[in-house]
Amino acid sequence: MFESVLAHYNYWLVIVLMMIGLYVVISRGNLVKKIVGLNIFQTSVFLLYISLGKVTGGTAPILTGEPELFSNPLPHVLILTAIVVGVATTALGLALVVRIRETYGSIEEEDVLAAEAADAAHELAAAREGST
Amino acid sequence: MSFLADHLPALQIAVPLVSAPLCALLRGGRLPWLLALAISWFAFYASATLLLQVMETGEISYHMGNWAPPIGIEYRVDAINAFVLMIVSGISAIALPYAKRSVAHEVDPRRLGQFYTAYLLCLTGLLGVTITGDAFNIFVFLEISSLSTYVLVASGARKDRRALTAAFNYLVLGTVGATFFVIGVGLLYMVTGTLNIADLAERLRPLADSRVVQAGFAFIIIGMGLKLAMFPMHAWLPNAYTYAPSAVTVFLAATATKVSVYVVLRFLFTVFGPTYGFVPLTFEFIFLPLALLAMFAGSIAAIYQSNLKRLFAYSSVAQLGYMVLGVAMGNVSGLTAAVLHLFNHALMKGALFMALGCVALRIGAVSVNGVRGLGREMPWTFAGLVGAGLSLIGVPATVGFISKWYLILAAVENGWWPVVLLIVASSLLAVIYIWKIVEAAYLGQAPEGRRPVAEAPASMLVPLWVLVIANFYYGINADLTTSVAGRVATTFLGGGS
Repeated sequence: MFESVLAHYNYWLVIVLMMIGLYVVISRGNLVKKIVGLNIFQTSVFLLYISLGKVTGGTAPILTGEPELFSNPLPHVLILTAIVVGVATTALGLALVVRIRETYGSIEEEDVLAAEAADAAHELAAAREGST
Repeated sequence: MSFLADHLPALQIAVPLVSAPLCALLRGGRLPWLLALAISWFAFYASATLLLQVMETGEISYHMGNWAPPIGIEYRVDAINAFVLMIVSGISAIALPYAKRSVAHEVDPRRLGQFYTAYLLCLTGLLGVTITGDAFNIFVFLEISSLSTYVLVASGARKDRRALTAAFNYLVLGTVGATFFVIGVGLLYMVTGTLNIADLAERLRPLADSRVVQAGFAFIIIGMGLKLAMFPMHAWLPNAYTYAPSAVTVFLAATATKVSVYVVLRFLFTVFGPTYGFVPLTFEFIFLPLALLAMFAGSIAAIYQSNLKRLFAYSSVAQLGYMVLGVAMGNVSGLTAAVLHLFNHALMKGALFMALGCVALRIGAVSVNGVRGLGREMPWTFAGLVGAGLSLIGVPATVGFISKWYLILAAVENGWWPVVLLIVASSLLAVIYIWKIVEAAYLGQAPEGRRPVAEAPASMLVPLWVLVIANFYYGINADLTTSVAGRVATTFLGGGS
């Protein structure tokens, strides 16, 4: 039992990282920390893909002309794409955080929600006023 | 000409993709819009041609870069994705003429180039997800469309700052959804060693008992469920639709969730197959209750909204429930209803959000109180809104009726009488919220001090009415859509088992 856990330690790390990432996204109110959580979550997936491309005893997949055992390069290439997607998501997320900071003056979810509630109340009051 | 015809599946994606950055370089006021319009019309031409080809000669398989699948990426066009391609590009082709005035009014004029760049990327992504026959490629295109969608939603910030937080929340949830999807694809790759969808289907057949496959299935369904706003995972949708610029809401409401529904259908029926191990159980114990909950929770929430965009956003959650319900039926009529409703819902929500965009152009906000008396001042806009509203309710001679007819037929075939009653009951809820608007617009008195409101410009009314007339045309003359949807349903249920 213990040995099988140890033999798959990379998958356990993936699960731990995944849960940490998801937990940070859900539990933190700070918008930048949410993005950090999202990054950790995505990183766990990168590790998952890289792990499953490993062939025991395999070397780097470089064509030398001699028959060799090498790791599966496809997941690596897929993850290159996924990393680019992750970087783009982070950049866009942070850009939105900057804009939120500019317009709301805070990046704490609580403050932003309070400001939005005020917006909504204001809107409702304006609509009421129109109806009398 | 034959070069064009041979490479149509690739051009369908490549042309919008390449023209997107070009659009960002165009600074002048009208040029970005003109380019986006031309590209959209080309995409529509391409997808209509593809649909005709597929209906005549059957599946088209295009090998990207001439690499044979499963090593190369394959674009495989069959009835279902040709149909979805046509919905996406068709709505885009109609929405762009409409977008010109609406976007100029709601988006920062200095940012028009970037806005249409994001729009074209979104179009590319949605078309790409639909046309590709490679599971990882779906993820890549999904992220292209999602990232540009977040930008489009955030561009509503000029009118209402809440667009920023709506976009941020959508980004967080959308990324979690897409990452779940990619975990699922990774798990399937782990046991099958392939990413090609046709190949996956073959190699998965003997593996129904594998724990890894089951986990992969769960990750894919949950991930795409988030993207398609399946009931308990719809939290991002109302705010994103409410605060996005009107033209963006039209395009997203009519296409983005539909494409996610398509991906779910593709995985359920092509990759796994309707009788595959755990799939029938998923239909009965997960999809059916969630769909019924969505129909009621969405409609009831819609009744209590005062912002009309948010009202129809909640109604979209309910309508997506109908699609999931059709899938959950697991028979040909149910699946026909689901596929039909992809098209029909795009027509009605497209028209409804267009009407709201016309109102937003003239009076700024769209609330139930704000539109009081407007039925007399903007007769064409509100007549269009009522027409599309009737279709949403499911009145005979509209497309909404056709979808519900097939849904009820499917429920009767399964002997699910309570479900028949629930479908009718949820349609009655739609009557309530549509009536709320009709009452305010036609029977209400204009608030004092409001200046006379002019009718919306023709460039916005014509696209609106094209969609409204389509709502009735395909409601009376449903042969074309039902034959495509029926064919899709029979291939899915016949071929997969």
